[in-house]
Amino acid sequence: MYKIIKKQKLSDTITKLVIESPLVAKKRKAGNFVMIRVVEGGERIPITIADSDIEKGTVTIIVQAIGKTTKMLCSLNEGDFVLDFVGPLGEPTPIHNYGTVVCIGGGVGTAEVYPIAKALRDAGNEVIGIIGARSKDLIILEKEMGEVCNKLYITTDDGSYARKGFVSDQLLELINKGTKIDGVYAIGPIPMMQVCANVTKPFGIKTYVSLNPIMVDGTGMCGGCRVTVGGKMKFACVDGPEFDAHQVDFDELIMRNRTYIDLEKTSLEKYEEHICNLYEKSLSGKGVK
Amino acid sequence: MPNPLKPSERMKIPRQHSIEQNPEERNRNFNEVSFGLNEELALLEAKRCLDCKNPVCIDGCPVRIDIPAFINLIIEKDYSGAADKIREANYLPAICGRVCPQEDQCEIVCILGKKHDPVAIGKLERFVADYEMANKLFKSPVVTNQIDKKVAIVGSGPAGLTCAAELVKLGYKVTIFEALHATGGVLRYGIPEFRLPKEILDIEVNRVRELGAEIITNFVVGRTATLDELIDEMGYEAVFLGTGAGTPNFMEISGEHFSGVLSANEFLTRVNFMKAYAFPETDTPIKIGKQIAVIGGGNTAMDAVRTAKRLGAEKAYLIYRRSRKEMPARIEEVQHAEEEGIEFLMLTNPLRIVGDEFNWVKAIECQKMELGEPDDSGRRKPIPIKGSEYIIEVQNVIEAIGQKPNPIIQATTPGLGVSKRGTVVVDNKTMVTSRPNVFAGGDLIHGGATVILAMHDGKAAAASIHEYLQKGG
Ligand SMILES: Cc1cc2nc3c(=O)[nH]c(=O)nc-3n(C[C@H](O)[C@H](O)[C@H](O)COP(=O)(O)OP(=O)(O)OC[C@H]3O[C@@H](n4cnc5c(N)ncnc54)[C@H](O)[C@@H]3O)c2cc1C
Ligand code: SF4
Ligand code: FES
Repeated sequence: MYKIIKKQKLSDTITKLVIESPLVAKKRKAGNFVMIRVVEGGERIPITIADSDIEKGTVTIIVQAIGKTTKMLCSLNEGDFVLDFVGPLGEPTPIHNYGTVVCIGGGVGTAEVYPIAKALRDAGNEVIGIIGARSKDLIILEKEMGEVCNKLYITTDDGSYARKGFVSDQLLELINKGTKIDGVYAIGPIPMMQVCANVTKPFGIKTYVSLNPIMVDGTGMCGGCRVTVGGKMKFACVDGPEFDAHQVDFDELIMRNRTYIDLEKTSLEKYEEHICNLYEKSLSGKGVK
Repeated sequence: MPNPLKPSERMKIPRQHSIEQNPEERNRNFNEVSFGLNEELALLEAKRCLDCKNPVCIDGCPVRIDIPAFINLIIEKDYSGAADKIREANYLPAICGRVCPQEDQCEIVCILGKKHDPVAIGKLERFVADYEMANKLFKSPVVTNQIDKKVAIVGSGPAGLTCAAELVKLGYKVTIFEALHATGGVLRYGIPEFRLPKEILDIEVNRVRELGAEIITNFVVGRTATLDELIDEMGYEAVFLGTGAGTPNFMEISGEHFSGVLSANEFLTRVNFMKAYAFPETDTPIKIGKQIAVIGGGNTAMDAVRTAKRLGAEKAYLIYRRSRKEMPARIEEVQHAEEEGIEFLMLTNPLRIVGDEFNWVKAIECQKMELGEPDDSGRRKPIPIKGSEYIIEVQNVIEAIGQKPNPIIQATTPGLGVSKRGTVVVDNKTMVTSRPNVFAGGDLIHGGATVILAMHDGKAAAASIHEYLQKGG
């Protein structure tokens, strides 16, 4: 059992949780993730580590409530526990001084690119940040990213905040303006990562993405997380999750991630119905145990 | 001489058979297929044993259980004594009685088997263990010796559990580190409930815990802490690696990326470990079509195909490129699969997987094979028959074509000798690796073998670890 020490809502659907796990806090590096199982009978899901505090022995994760498990996770409160929490998993990001690196976060992907930006900055890189989301309320970690980036750009799809457009538009503009870029990290929804990869490819700029295939164990034992990179089969949980964006077969990943989409919906509907019932019961004064 | 019968009378008794669930019923539920022998049948079966002067069955057993001795205790109705006798050599009898390939080990050499059917040693082992459990006769041995040295065991499969039990009995402080959220390794995530009920596994694992081994789950050695950190920072003076061979191989044919193509490991992990059979009561989903194909001929393939059948597949094919004789699975499992309506497509080799417009599997193209000359493994090599290609409509392809060791520890431990196949290299007597304080055994060194071999290795390693630490470490 792993205790939730702190909870903070970053937006309607995005929640930051600080969880007690001294060993993971000590070992984790930028790019690592954890596998979490919230309750008995629950599924194991991968979540990227956003930050950690070695002294306090805590690990920070940022979760967007989308399916049943993430909703359940976001509904937990300070003092509650998650049943299983294991990591740090995956190969950490190779951190060197590349020169100037652009770190791009789309939606909750900003939480994943943040530790990388921080580590790259600590390694002496000039870090340019670009973060984007559908609308203003979904922009997260603006302040934190601002602190670790030499320059930070923000985009929203609907123009409700900062520049209207996509993170990839901003990236292309930087390239076109002749900014010297030695590497790009782009993390977010798959189509966003795919577009960023397409933007940098003609310019030969090394670009890395962090893939989020369906995982079961997260330790290399099932092959459910297999992705095609450079024509070869890779297990994202042990060989990745970061890969050379210009080698990744994104279309295949999109298709594979749809494998259980109908069942995921069933699971979520059932959960929401259950929550509704609980709520109604509490209104009718029967009390809930 | 506890056996009242003369040898000639013993030989007249036919081999006794387990009571089993009816095939048409059991292929729709996950309850255990076999109920084993009852007391009456077990007593009869025990009396068949010739109590040989030179009991070759013991040589056939990788952990050298004193087979005639425990059988004699059954005849005396001292079932608890029989269980203790087995446990002297094998700490997990309820498991081994169910999953060991006795037909290739103790029973193949049984003297009675020369002219008649061999003694059903495995079924007797299971009877004794089940009787002891059902009647709560087990008493944990008291560990009197205390040795103030810590040993780390990595992996809670049969190799790790056995090594831990042996070392605790010797008096060491033992911690088992397990990567997953539950113990047992393949015994939990691979072998299905209908062959090895989780309740039995839980009881056997708890005995190792009660004996005094500490078990820490959610701890991936190589990630949560490296092997060297266990030694240098956490104070473990020796380490046993029993991390198994969990990484699945794929055929590397076209179409493996389609939805509905899974490794048997993923399929079984979803169903057994994550309890997908109870979805949506549980949260991990699985989708099994009306027609499915499992590729392979080992125990994993049998378990996968029989599990798919139980999840509602109307046609469950088992595709294997050699002939039935060459299948490495336990004979009993092959028979059970056949009774349950699994369709065996022998001498058949998959060529490619075909998908539909939603990127789901819709068919598999196969080719017929014929057997040629024996290859390096001594088995006759399958050769494709030209022009024999044909298509089978299926909505799932489950691959059970073998596994290799998980690379995490090997990749994060400098100086650990690893073979080209990814297995950890050990001295096969002492189980010591290229590092003097690190020992290994089980599937990690064989690359996919048996439960009993893993247990043998765990035991052998425990003895060497003891010797190593007594010499001063
Ligand atoms: C489906 C299936 C059916 C089988 N049926 C039979 C059968 O009927 N009879 C038979 O004799 N054999 C059978 N086998 C083979 C048998 O299960 C294995 O040979 C045996 O389990 C190997 O034991 P082990 O202890 O070496 O490894 P495993 O049982 O694989 O256990 C290894 C454990 O180590 C853990 N681990 C891995 N890496 C790490 C790490 N870095 N840190 C911490 N923990 C880690 C794993 O999570 C796992 O729990 C079957 C195998 C499968 C897959
Ligand atoms: S070889 Fe067969 S008959 Fe002889 S002691 Fe062993 S089990 Fe009994
Ligand atoms: S999640 Fe199972 S191998 Fe990667």
